Amino acid sequence: MMKTLKNFLLNPLALLFAAGAVPAFAADTELQLVIKNHQFQPTEIKAPAAQKLRILVHNQDSTPEEFESHSLKREKIIPGGAKATILVGPLKPGRYEFFGEFNPATAKGTLVIE
Amino acid sequence: MFASALIVFRETLEAALFIGIVAAATRDLAGRTRWIVAGVAGGLLGSLLLAASMEQLTTLADGAGQDVLNALFLAMALAMLAWHCIWISTHAREMVQQARNVGSQAQHQGQALWAIAIAVGVCVLREGAETVLFIGGIAASAQSGWQALLAGAGVGLLTGLGMGLLIYLGLTRIKVQYVFAVSNAFLLLLAGSLASQLAKVLTQADWVGVGSEALWDTSTTLPQDSPPGMLLHALVGYDASPSGLQLGFYLLAIGFIWLASRWVQAGLSPQGRPVLRSP
Repeated sequence: MMKTLKNFLLNPLALLFAAGAVPAFAADTELQLVIKNHQFQPTEIKAPAAQKLRILVHNQDSTPEEFESHSLKREKIIPGGAKATILVGPLKPGRYEFFGEFNPATAKGTLVIE
Repeated sequence: MFASALIVFRETLEAALFIGIVAAATRDLAGRTRWIVAGVAGGLLGSLLLAASMEQLTTLADGAGQDVLNALFLAMALAMLAWHCIWISTHAREMVQQARNVGSQAQHQGQALWAIAIAVGVCVLREGAETVLFIGGIAASAQSGWQALLAGAGVGLLTGLGMGLLIYLGLTRIKVQYVFAVSNAFLLLLAGSLASQLAKVLTQADWVGVGSEALWDTSTTLPQDSPPGMLLHALVGYDASPSGLQLGFYLLAIGFIWLASRWVQAGLSPQGRPVLRSP
């Protein structure tokens, strides 16, 4: 009797707690990229498939850059010294090239989805 | 130098073709030059402001600030272009009639071309801000050879503008009875292109989760950053790997404007002015 009452009282609490712990959206996987001397660092980033990804790009150059990718269908300007967030995914496994449109000769990178 | 020419050319091309097509489509409307010039001037001024505030904008809306503004701009340009296409369809017949009347210099009076001015302004603003940032970056970096980079940017700008002029001259050389039909068809495709870009931005900002998968991929046969790819992108909204949402928006925009034009025309013709036929 005592046990049933305890379960009865605790279960909703447990549920509530669980609901609070798990955000409404599953946490996105965060990836970090740095632009320095018109190059991406690292040049290759890896992430799991079928997940939403948040790519944080920090442009450490004083000049602006545009993150662009045809395969990811993303383009975003990152002013000199600024940070930008690029949301992608969920993606299928494969290699997704990206580049800096303002310095396409040097700023190249790949997102590898496994 | 070639690299910077190419980058600026790409940005300029889209706006220049847009202006060229719009200028051809409105050439017999009174005061159209003033409206278009006002649109371009407003767009250029806006580019400088937008470029200057890009850093703050980037951090807004949890990093989606650029996407929010882009979506607003695209939606506005699309609405203005749609409004103009539908409005002009009600005047098409008279305009053809008048254009055929070679001796007559009388132009349509009193038409508000503010919709066109806004569409042109927004188009210049979107492409212009990027170009301003790029050129500003070169000038500020003081890296070796920046003079050559700037010269390249100048070449790219002029080449892009030249393409706009070319399409204008090409369109205005078409036989007078077809010129409205052809330039309006181009306007319709521009509207489709804006809609497709809007769909892309909505996906990028993660506002719309459906239809983000690419339907096909022609990036090996006709890369989007090759010269013909760029031209087709600017003219008809070519995308090497369009998503379902993009294609849907594209077709919906064109279909809506086309149907609305027909509907407005049909509503006017019964009680409308006498339709003059050429002998």
